[in-house]
Amino acid sequence: MAKVSFRLVMPERELLDTEADMVVVPGSEGDFGVLHGHAPVISTLRPGVLEVLQGNKVEQRFIVVGGFAEVTPERCTVLADEAIPFAEVTAEQLAEREQAAERDLVDAANDAERAAAQKDLAVAKDLRRAQAYYASR
Amino acid sequence: MPSLKTYRLRIRSVQSTQKITKAMKMVAAAKLRRAQEQAMAARPYAEAMDKVMATLASSFKGGTGPKLLSGTGSDKVQLLIVATADRGLCGAFNSSIVREARRTIRALQAEGKTVKVLAIGRKARDQLRRDYGGLIVDTITDLGRPRVSFADAQKVANRVTELFDKGEFDVATVVFNRFKSAMTQIVTVQQLIPPPVPEVSAAPATSGGAVYEFEPDEAEILADLLPRNLTVQIFRALLENAASFFGSQMTAMDNASRNAGEVIKKLTLQMNRSRQASITKELIEIISGAEAV
Repeated sequence: MAKVSFRLVMPERELLDTEADMVVVPGSEGDFGVLHGHAPVISTLRPGVLEVLQGNKVEQRFIVVGGFAEVTPERCTVLADEAIPFAEVTAEQLAEREQAAERDLVDAANDAERAAAQKDLAVAKDLRRAQAYYASR
Repeated sequence: MPSLKTYRLRIRSVQSTQKITKAMKMVAAAKLRRAQEQAMAARPYAEAMDKVMATLASSFKGGTGPKLLSGTGSDKVQLLIVATADRGLCGAFNSSIVREARRTIRALQAEGKTVKVLAIGRKARDQLRRDYGGLIVDTITDLGRPRVSFADAQKVANRVTELFDKGEFDVATVVFNRFKSAMTQIVTVQQLIPPPVPEVSAAPATSGGAVYEFEPDEAEILADLLPRNLTVQIFRALLENAASFFGSQMTAMDNASRNAGEVIKKLTLQMNRSRQASITKELIEIISGAEAV
């Protein structure tokens, strides 16, 4: 079966450039799998877990935050604000991130800061849920 | 004629200066390599971003886009983002940027436009404060330590969007040095808001005859994408600037070391001459003394 060429890039650097059988992307409207010949889509991402599959096996997982994905029949490019290999993230780190966001929310001096902290908190909560779900699989 | 001792002291002082400039050159070279690597690593993201932007902008042509894309419809108030370094000792790096900024300010003012300046880096603020101090709305310093990070770019972008949302300006332009090689940097003036329309012909909205689908929808993606694109453009400018700074510093320090070497050579020659002159003088005195006896 033809493969889809997949790239995962962050602003600072390229994380992954590979050929995969399927990529599961956490789109803001729901996860979607990309195989060769997928209809062209541009979608924003929600904080979650991205999976790269070879055959039927999940080969790599990444925690991604923010950004978007561009899909054409031949390739899939994910531009993430933040992407970390799944194995390098522990539940404790994410819990800490959530607490930091909570602290920021309490300390927020104005509306803009409060909104930013609220966003951070939502992201951290999403990440923790996603991490817990995938870790148990 | 200065005494031998003063010569010796001067040579020693130039030598220690040379040691410093040599060390600075090495450090700049190492940092330049790192900055270049970083600029290279950031390229894939920026390229992918450009492509998506072009796709979106071309498919959005019909309607009126958000303000960040289409501008406010006026160009009365111009924001000039002048990006320099915090430190000097880097040849003409800072002054060439500031010179270009001054030129742009004058040209815009001659057209009857209001100019505001956002200074990035201590040097931009210090040099522009003298003649255009009233135009500086804000200064952002201490970026890129130890290296330029995306968060730095975000900080600048947030400030810019904040000003834009308040209606403080219509058009934003950034002045920075584009890195060509360690010897040459090109001062570049690039418009950020509204973004220059990407070449639509180069990236058609269709791929293999199919049109992109958008999730959730074009407007929402665009609203998410535009601030991000601004950040990426600023990030790119900061990276280019960082590489240019170290390149320029390396060249300047190389020149300084070479000049110091020349000065040392000249001083050594003068010192030897004066030493020989005094020996000759003493000999003449001894000989003429002996003859007189």
